[in-house]
Amino acid sequence: MSMDLSLHLPILQVIVPLLAAPLVVLLQPRNLAWAATVAVCLLAFAIALQMASRVLLGDILYYEVGGWRAPFGIALQVDAVNALLLVVVSGAASLAALGCRESLFAQIEPRRHPLFFAAWLLLLAGLSGMLVSADAFNIFVFMEISSLASYILIAGGPDRRALLAVFKYLVMGTIGATFYLIGVGLIYMMTGTLNLADMARLVPEVADQRPVLLAAGFITVGLALKAALFPMHVWLANAYMHAPHAVSVFLAACGTKVAVYVLLRIDFSLFQAGNLDHSIRFALFLMPLALLGILVCSAVAMFEGQLKRMLAFSSVAQIGYILLGASLLSEAGLTSSLLHMFNHALAKSALFLAAACLSMRFMDLRIDSLAGAARQMPVTSAVFVLGGLSLIGVPGTAGFVSKWVLITALLEQGEQGMVMVAIVLVSSLMAVAYVWRTLEVLYFKEPAGELKFAEAPPLMLVIAGSAALLNLVFGLMPAVPLALSQQAAQVLIGGAP
Amino acid sequence: MNLFEVLGHYNYWVFSILLMVGMYAVIARGNLIKKLVGLSIFQSAVFLMYISMDKVEGGTAPILQSGNPGQLYSNPLPQVLILTAIVVGVATLALGLAIVVRIHERYGTIEEQELLNAD
Repeated sequence: MSMDLSLHLPILQVIVPLLAAPLVVLLQPRNLAWAATVAVCLLAFAIALQMASRVLLGDILYYEVGGWRAPFGIALQVDAVNALLLVVVSGAASLAALGCRESLFAQIEPRRHPLFFAAWLLLLAGLSGMLVSADAFNIFVFMEISSLASYILIAGGPDRRALLAVFKYLVMGTIGATFYLIGVGLIYMMTGTLNLADMARLVPEVADQRPVLLAAGFITVGLALKAALFPMHVWLANAYMHAPHAVSVFLAACGTKVAVYVLLRIDFSLFQAGNLDHSIRFALFLMPLALLGILVCSAVAMFEGQLKRMLAFSSVAQIGYILLGASLLSEAGLTSSLLHMFNHALAKSALFLAAACLSMRFMDLRIDSLAGAARQMPVTSAVFVLGGLSLIGVPGTAGFVSKWVLITALLEQGEQGMVMVAIVLVSSLMAVAYVWRTLEVLYFKEPAGELKFAEAPPLMLVIAGSAALLNLVFGLMPAVPLALSQQAAQVLIGGAP
Repeated sequence: MNLFEVLGHYNYWVFSILLMVGMYAVIARGNLIKKLVGLSIFQSAVFLMYISMDKVEGGTAPILQSGNPGQLYSNPLPQVLILTAIVVGVATLALGLAIVVRIHERYGTIEEQELLNAD
């Protein structure tokens, strides 16, 4: 009997890294554990690409775990909304594991490597599980798997301040996940189901909508905490800054975006479809916070002295762009939101990979201490330039495409839209300021003494360089991610779960 | 809603009060262990909410007895869900405590104020 594996792709996306994690623990020589992790990440990446290519053709991949019919069994679903993010998550895991080999070996004690890489795979499994699940409770379980794994990874480095950062993250992350659990419980109380499609069908029929609204509040706030929406972002900056560099690359590319995805998926299919007032509440809650986040965090990034902290604050501002697009409740707005998740992941992974390369030669990543680094590390600095340009949104880079779509969507809104366009432009100027400040130090500032060191290790340079080039590739040829994002926006606006 | 209805929902009152007590401990206490205790209370409150909603009046434990077709039993699904959530809660608490141990090793204190002044 032949088995067609292509039918099982949605579950393979999750169980391949999940089952590999305990096996990696057993691999003792450290290169072996690393190689196995990279192989599994690349396999997950291949699975995600295969599913995305089928979704692009209009397929929806639906899977019932163990053959149990929904709504009784657990259903998995891959459509345009999550296919692109699955590529981002597994791609970021692969890039970070491949591109930070030397950095990881320098930062993590050798005897801890197998455990560290097991947590790495569990994080990949958890994030993928959150994306493919079409079941509200299953999303909670995978959310906690990914959170626990990310706490371990962040605290895994040599920096003792990471412990304090991770404690804060653990407390806030648990509160966020518990709020989500309360929300799911309230909806289960009113509908008796956990399957998202079934919930979406039953929620509008609930006679008393008050518990549903309460659930919407709990779920929105809980996931906003996880997504580091301003002002619930206080855990993020220190966690990204003190984490091992490889973990910063992985998490900055996709950590918070998966929570944003769950928020959009649940809010649009469950709450907004049956209750027209709710969409207004959703927009009025998110829009001011998104705008404030864009302005305040870009401003903070301008004055931040630490390279990785600056990038982390810029990430919070980018979450603002993503949620600003979604809060417009229009197809164009959602397209920009989903596309920006992809493009920002490209830009931030290139920038954090450059930071990891710099860290191989500089003990301290204070921006001032990097003076003149470009003379010794031309490739790393070039990667930083490309990533920075994409972050600003310079034409020709990936960041430009999503900002263009966002501004088009804002202009559709009339007068208020103009104000928001102005805010987006001001914050882009701030991005110019903070990216330029770093470039100026890298290229034009005289180093204190004579610098005598070589470029970062070749593998790190190759991976960082290709991440930077991807920003150009998807800036010049944005057709595929754009098509997937448009498809996804139609799915979300249509209210289909 | 009269007084009896308000009091009749007493499990949900206990749920909300415990939730607030836990949240307060997390915010107001400076000792990291006490913060984790608060976090644990916060999570346990939600377990109570789930267990309350599955109760069927007069129902027994959801174990099918042979020869009793009309048996009334509580909804087993929230119980199973909360079993999973308890496991998640235990794992979070264990990891949190492990981090506190590491913090104590590296800083020599677990008081928030002293930690903030440390570096």
